[in-house]
Amino acid sequence: MARHKERMTEALWAYAFIAPTALGLGLFYLWPVLQTAYFSFTEWGAFGGHEWSGVDNYVRLASDPELGRALLNTFTYTALGLLSIPLAIVFAALLNRRMRGVGVYRTIFFLPYVTMPVAVAMVWRWLYNGDYGLINYLLSLVGVDGPNWIADPGTALYALVVIGIWSSIGYNMIILLAGMQSIPAEYYEAAALDGAGPVRQFLRITVPLLSPTAFFVSVISVIGSLQLFDLVFVIAGSGASARANPAFPRLQTVVQLFYDRAFVTNDRGYAAAIVMLLLLIIVVLTAVQFRLQRRWVHYA
Amino acid sequence: MTGCSGSNDDKAADPNEKVTLTYGVWDQNQKTAMQELAAAFTRTHPAITVDVQLTPWEGYWTKLKAAVTGGAAPDVFWMNGPNFQLYASNKVIAPNPEQVDSSVYPKALVDLYTFEGKQYGLPKDMDTVGVWYNKKLFDAKKVAYPKDGWTWADFQNAAAGLTDAKAGVYGTAAELTSFQEYQYNTIAQAGGYVISPDGKKSGYDDPKTIQGLKFWTDLLDKKQSPDLKTMTDTVPLQLFESGKIAMYWGGSWDVPEFTQNEYTKDKVDVAPLPKGEKQATIIHGVSNEVGARSKHPRQAWEFVKYLGSKEAAEILGRTGPIPAYDGTQQAWVSKYPGLKLQTFIDEVNYAVPFPVSKNTAAWNEAELTHLTKAWNGQQPVSQASAELAAAMNDLLAKE
Repeated sequence: MARHKERMTEALWAYAFIAPTALGLGLFYLWPVLQTAYFSFTEWGAFGGHEWSGVDNYVRLASDPELGRALLNTFTYTALGLLSIPLAIVFAALLNRRMRGVGVYRTIFFLPYVTMPVAVAMVWRWLYNGDYGLINYLLSLVGVDGPNWIADPGTALYALVVIGIWSSIGYNMIILLAGMQSIPAEYYEAAALDGAGPVRQFLRITVPLLSPTAFFVSVISVIGSLQLFDLVFVIAGSGASARANPAFPRLQTVVQLFYDRAFVTNDRGYAAAIVMLLLLIIVVLTAVQFRLQRRWVHYA
Repeated sequence: MTGCSGSNDDKAADPNEKVTLTYGVWDQNQKTAMQELAAAFTRTHPAITVDVQLTPWEGYWTKLKAAVTGGAAPDVFWMNGPNFQLYASNKVIAPNPEQVDSSVYPKALVDLYTFEGKQYGLPKDMDTVGVWYNKKLFDAKKVAYPKDGWTWADFQNAAAGLTDAKAGVYGTAAELTSFQEYQYNTIAQAGGYVISPDGKKSGYDDPKTIQGLKFWTDLLDKKQSPDLKTMTDTVPLQLFESGKIAMYWGGSWDVPEFTQNEYTKDKVDVAPLPKGEKQATIIHGVSNEVGARSKHPRQAWEFVKYLGSKEAAEILGRTGPIPAYDGTQQAWVSKYPGLKLQTFIDEVNYAVPFPVSKNTAAWNEAELTHLTKAWNGQQPVSQASAELAAAMNDLLAKE
């Protein structure tokens, strides 16, 4: 009896300690999700006030060419953005050594991640400028006439991917570096005794033992990429003025379309349906990744 | 809630009750002038102080819509033409509680802020559009400066003479994003229209409207304007301010921009817009409106009336844009004797109002979506314009 009571008290304390966090999560995450789910079945007036409209918004989703385009752009961006993981592994391996100034290098790689996305986007906008940009200036030195990177439908999305990879590599690298450092040194010593060179060691020890970390990084990057907004918002803008960019159809992302519908054209119910679709996509893609990890992730 | 409005009535009965009004504005350049006006108002209405709240233009409408929806809008705020009917038809701004003599403001502006026969707020300032030109580039090519009464043909000849592909200099920039400065003007000059007077029908399938759009795409075809990609990367204003464009269609609001810019300050002047089939320029102006849910509607209206007065217009004209009040524009004109600013005032005589409807933002988006194809060379203007007319008519039918 006394034992049971003790356990009850313990449980109560545990709940008391997690209560603030649970409350916060419920209030600021769960409740908005439920509200959004409800709003996705409503139609809004310009200044508040909404009425039930059933599945109208979802029917509209199915036949919205802009949404199709935005989805395609977002998926392409997400898929190409995954390239940042192998790159980050290579950089992490190079920095996982004893050498002079390693701290400085790590900082340099991490800097883009802690820089405000808006500032990053503005600097890149200038780098990409067709007439005055640094990139085209450098190209002109070797006789190449560079395009208007972010105004040309052929290059715009890839220009965006480059910024995305550049700014996420530091974050991925730091996590992967931590993963690498948790691999016991004995493995490498044993491998070295068996005559394995650094490349072989990297492929046979580092890569497999790093796979749980890589899996975590890939889940996080996919979720992050699917929610891409700030970069595009600064590079292409939103609302009417963004539409004068000939590359706009290749730049628009799902979250940007959501922003336009919710806050520019006041179509809040439809905007809610768009994010519910995005939520569904994120859940499904994350589940698929968890499913696939059985095939390639090794937990030592 | 009834108790609340009851106490409001009590407050209204007490003229000495201390009240602070919030005043929403979007222009950093005018913030000081607005604070000066607020202080001047408090001198004659000691019980009322005004808190000027600046939200930069990029976020102004998004924030205001959210604030209105949440019941937290400022008591008095700036309004523009494209947004006015949306706010008036949703009853989130209040019609004027009393009749004011509006003959002191340009008629086009009074009409712009009239909805279903009721007048809302009072015009604050006004703007028209002119051709800003770079005298240095004109001199270099020995092209004569634009004269009053010049025509489309004169403009086109000048654009041809000023373009210098080798130097990367263009006669003008066929901008797509600012309809107020570009397309709306040439559409009116060609005798076309953007929206029918009853606000029910798009004018984009009218041959004359298409003529007004072709004015710009012809310049693009002849490479007398940078292409759309270039203008996306570097906006025409920046191109003009770096001497890459000889003629820039810009508003009277550009005066502080060009007089303070290191490159343009001693090189530019302004001419009226060239004449097509007729002479025309778009006139627009900001008005001060009272929020429908203001807790102090009586005081807010007093403030709006003051802002619309001659005294306020004179304060505004010394530092800000062209005041809307008749006869107070001289201070604005004479501030920069080196520039022919009288041009903007003279244009008021033949100015046409800014085209708007209840949900202007919706078809403004369609204008860009469809016309981008014409500007980009993907579609002939006539086709892009016809498709735009169809899309716009659909949107108007939903209003």
